[in-house]
Amino acid sequence: MAVMEHAVHNPTGIDEKPLEYRDPNQSVKILGFWLFLATDMLLFGCLFATYLVVRTHTDGGPTPQQLFDIPGFTLETFFLLTSSFTGGLSTLAMRNGNRKWLMTWLAVTILLGLAFIGFEVKEFVGDVAVGATMQRSAFLSAFFTLVGTHGSHVSIGLVWMFLTLLQVARRGITKVTARKVFVVNLYWHFLDVVWVFIFTIVYLSGRVM
Amino acid sequence: MPSWFHAFADKYLMWQEGPMIWGSDVLILLVSIGIIFTLTYFHKWKWLWREWITTVDHKRIGIMYLICALLMMFRGGADAELLRTQLAVPNNHFLTADHYDQIFTTHGTIMILFMAMPFIFALFNIVVPLQIGARDVAFPYLNAISFWLFFFGAMLFNLSFVFGGSPDASWVSYPPLSELGFDPGPGENYYLLAIQISGIGSIATGINFLATIFKMRAPGMKLMRMPLFSWSVVAASIVIIFAFPALAIALALLMLDRVVGTHFFTILHGGNPMMFVNLFWLWGHPEVYIVVLPAFGVYSEVVATFARKRVFGYSSMVASLMLISVISYFVWAHHFFTMGAGADVNTFFAIASMMVGIPTGVKVFNWLFTMFQGRIRMTLPMLWTIAFVPCFVIGGATGVMLAAAPADYQYHNSYFLIAHFHQVLIGGVVFGMIAGMYYWWPKMFGFKLDERLGRIAFWLFNIGFYVCFMPQYALGFMGMQRRMYTYPATMGWNTLNLVSTIGAYVMGIAFVVIVVQVVYSIKHGERDLTGDPWDGRTLEWSLPSPAPHYNFAVIPTVTDRDMWWVLKEEGRTDELRPKAKDIQPIHMPKNSGRPFLMGLSFFVAGFGFVFVWWPLIVLGLAGVAACMIARALEYDDEYHIPVREVQSHEAALGRLS
Amino acid sequence: MRREHRPRRVRTVVFSAAVLTLFLTGCGPQYLVLNPVGPVGREELHLIVLSAILVGIVIVPVLFLLAFIVWRYRDKPGNTAPYKPKWSESKVLEFIWWGIPVVIVAVLGVFTAKTTFALVKPPAEDQQVKPLTIQVVSLDWKWLFLYPDQHIATVNYAEIPTGVPVQFELTSDAPMNSFWVPQLGGQEYTMPGMAMRLWLQADKPGTYYGHGANFTGSGFAHMDFNVIAKSDADFNGWVHQVQSSSQQLTKAGYQKLKQPSVVGTSSYASYPAHLFNDTVWADGGQYMPGMMNQTGSPMNAASASNMAGMSSSSNSASGK
Repeated sequence: MAVMEHAVHNPTGIDEKPLEYRDPNQSVKILGFWLFLATDMLLFGCLFATYLVVRTHTDGGPTPQQLFDIPGFTLETFFLLTSSFTGGLSTLAMRNGNRKWLMTWLAVTILLGLAFIGFEVKEFVGDVAVGATMQRSAFLSAFFTLVGTHGSHVSIGLVWMFLTLLQVARRGITKVTARKVFVVNLYWHFLDVVWVFIFTIVYLSGRVM
Repeated sequence: MPSWFHAFADKYLMWQEGPMIWGSDVLILLVSIGIIFTLTYFHKWKWLWREWITTVDHKRIGIMYLICALLMMFRGGADAELLRTQLAVPNNHFLTADHYDQIFTTHGTIMILFMAMPFIFALFNIVVPLQIGARDVAFPYLNAISFWLFFFGAMLFNLSFVFGGSPDASWVSYPPLSELGFDPGPGENYYLLAIQISGIGSIATGINFLATIFKMRAPGMKLMRMPLFSWSVVAASIVIIFAFPALAIALALLMLDRVVGTHFFTILHGGNPMMFVNLFWLWGHPEVYIVVLPAFGVYSEVVATFARKRVFGYSSMVASLMLISVISYFVWAHHFFTMGAGADVNTFFAIASMMVGIPTGVKVFNWLFTMFQGRIRMTLPMLWTIAFVPCFVIGGATGVMLAAAPADYQYHNSYFLIAHFHQVLIGGVVFGMIAGMYYWWPKMFGFKLDERLGRIAFWLFNIGFYVCFMPQYALGFMGMQRRMYTYPATMGWNTLNLVSTIGAYVMGIAFVVIVVQVVYSIKHGERDLTGDPWDGRTLEWSLPSPAPHYNFAVIPTVTDRDMWWVLKEEGRTDELRPKAKDIQPIHMPKNSGRPFLMGLSFFVAGFGFVFVWWPLIVLGLAGVAACMIARALEYDDEYHIPVREVQSHEAALGRLS
Repeated sequence: MRREHRPRRVRTVVFSAAVLTLFLTGCGPQYLVLNPVGPVGREELHLIVLSAILVGIVIVPVLFLLAFIVWRYRDKPGNTAPYKPKWSESKVLEFIWWGIPVVIVAVLGVFTAKTTFALVKPPAEDQQVKPLTIQVVSLDWKWLFLYPDQHIATVNYAEIPTGVPVQFELTSDAPMNSFWVPQLGGQEYTMPGMAMRLWLQADKPGTYYGHGANFTGSGFAHMDFNVIAKSDADFNGWVHQVQSSSQQLTKAGYQKLKQPSVVGTSSYASYPAHLFNDTVWADGGQYMPGMMNQTGSPMNAASASNMAGMSSSSNSASGK
């Protein structure tokens, strides 16, 4: 974006910055994205709070202990955490200017993300099959909404990452695609962090408490 | 008439409701035809699309926000006049209970979300980039999306009046009243979707202006050299970012309850209505600071300019802005002292609420001492600013009284509360927005608004205001509750209600006078040829009015707070005139029709959700996705203005040196 | 109330009364909030008056200062007032106006805290009077009053004995409303699934206006009721009269009453056992441990106030 040229007026150590930050027009977008993540974090914060308030409100229906399947959510966690790691590798490859590995790691990340979504859908379908629908009780409403919101974030992230992969394939590593790779990974790591909270607050404590 | 049409007209157009609906239908039809005819007749469709609908220029977006805000003020004001007419005499049957409920719901919702919000965003957009020496906001494309989301949200909300029925569970829309079981019509869905859509736009605006102010200031403009209006935008944007997600969740969960059948806030199956109340006010209270902080910014600019003096206690002013934005998160429960919280909780929130009065009081004293030993010019912006002080001080005082929790048990939901928040929201926000509109009007349009008509409107509005709302404090002490569509004649409330209604009419006349003033001034208003009609102090007044689309031909280097005033004092104004040799090609963002289409897609999806018509929902969401994907793959979204063109443009403005 | 506190209390009362007379000369009996007939309403009125005085201390000088400054420093030719366009800092002045509001908030805060904590207790704890309990259920669009000790029920009116603290237990089996009898004291919400508590007391016989204060839909404006305060003997007489009447509130009758409608007053010689607690339980009270005790009988006042604190903190958590 154009309005930024004056920012070049104080170019302190501009070359030491990572690739995605070097162009001020791109770095302002990264700042904007951080601010967006702050709002998204609060969004999840409200969903977590809601879940905590109604998690015991099962209305005689399925309880967390009955519903949560340890191998299932462990596997989901494994896929998502690993994908976050491979996403980080793609950022490193981007900074090293290694387009081939950048694309490889992005592709691996997408596959792992798909696996996560696949298992989550399987889990939800299984829940619904035993009558645990989101209309059954406040607990299930909150559970499906919280985990489902995360899941839809991941799904959007997958499409986004795929589009980024296409752009890298077409245009190589430029200041724009570098920023795009960085931002989509930022988003991906954020979803990973949210999942860590879902894993502990929803699944683990649901099994234990 | 075919029977399907009859059924359709009855169910969705509400033709059985009587003349008010018929009249509105006809009026809307005529206005739409009129607009279409005029645009076609004068061949303006292309102009409308090229210059406005696809624009990403912050100044034009600001103007569009302003126009919408004024239109919505008309709608909300008309609602208010209907409400007051109904309450003028006891046992009145001017409106039915159902109509009254709908009208007070739309009045509140529109005034807060579709009048106050676009009004502050109008000033954000028009002023901030000019004040901090930037060529646009950080994300102009996103800015356009914000506007169109607001616009289509507002359209969706207003559509409810003639298609399907308005929401009627009040602007706070507490469940279980707003749940399907007690409120089956589509009105409540309109409320949820319309606010949700415009709320997404508001979050984006908050992000946008924070990034703009942090990253795009002209060289030399340190944070502590920044004009106070821009500071107030920082404070308001922070509050937006932290508050609006809570609203988004509250609305989304209630929508799930109504559309999907979940049980977040229902009475049965484990729902918890209280949770909505908490989420709502976690946004709702900060929201009033979101709209009042920019007004504080306006007052700071206006007072300094028209007292011809530096703002008194600049650092305190900044500190109090930030303090208010922090404290605003610790007061939300004062909206429900009476919902069974323990004494400890109530005491905490009571004292936190009173504490908001401390930084606010400091600001008032600082404004007073900015005027002290100054030279006060009684222009229109200054009149509204001076009128703001007593109005807001009294409103703030009753606010502190309300904050005393046990006293609140007696004020809560009474007309005392109504009088209080109208006094702070009108006296604080509306006065500030009107002052800001008068102040920056020449910068937007190149002419001043007529002084004489403005003074008439000012006095009518102020007198009307006190006549309308002072009696309501007394009515509160008499035990009159809010949201009653009628009242018995035996309570002793009759006279004061009549007086209040007369005051509301006077305020309505004042609004009409402002409209006349605008129309009159378009032709006869004093032209602003210098770009500095008020003898201003900040960077925006160094530019011609209206500013060229790239704002600054050469980005200025800032050396002082009140930069422009200092340069004028020292006779150095030439420093801010561009020199031909300094001008470089300017990058500007390209216009795009996609933000409009994205808003339209949200509208279609939202409308689909209101009636749970899945094809429309899918169509709308697909449109949103298509817009986002197209944007993700877009690279060629900027263009250069060549040096030649900038030079000739500046030369034509007589500014090139 | 304990003896050593009395002089201060008396002084407050005298002071408030004097100021009140000044403030409200000409305020007739229609100013319900300003004419309380019970200790709760009076206590709240004291706080209202005190807060009005405290904020008055700030706003009156501000208004005069504003008028003076605007007049003195107006931009008129020949105005000889000093003009210092660059004077914009004064540590002393700023210290003063950061300080004044802090002091005022501190004073008001202390009184607010005291009153807030005082109002969760019965109004006249020094007297050896057994409090009366009345359970209130707000419905669309009517008020149901249950007398658990007398086993009678009324709709849209309640009678109470004078001089006796009354513990109102509030809930709603419809959208949330708010129970407000201005002359007796401030309001408290009626919320589905929650049992809220409100102490009120009338010192004088009379008929006091009450109304739902929170909007509940199209019949809301008609949700008024009277609270009729009578001497002990008259109250007992009324109870006997209702008990001997033939009309009874059955479960089916309650379901019918629950349907949205606007009705007049009525009285019932009996009502289904545990109606109040069953309603609270079914509407969500089962998920709020401590809201009711296991046997389904009303809790005592002390644990009730603890309970209110608990429920609110769990609710506040939802907002974090």
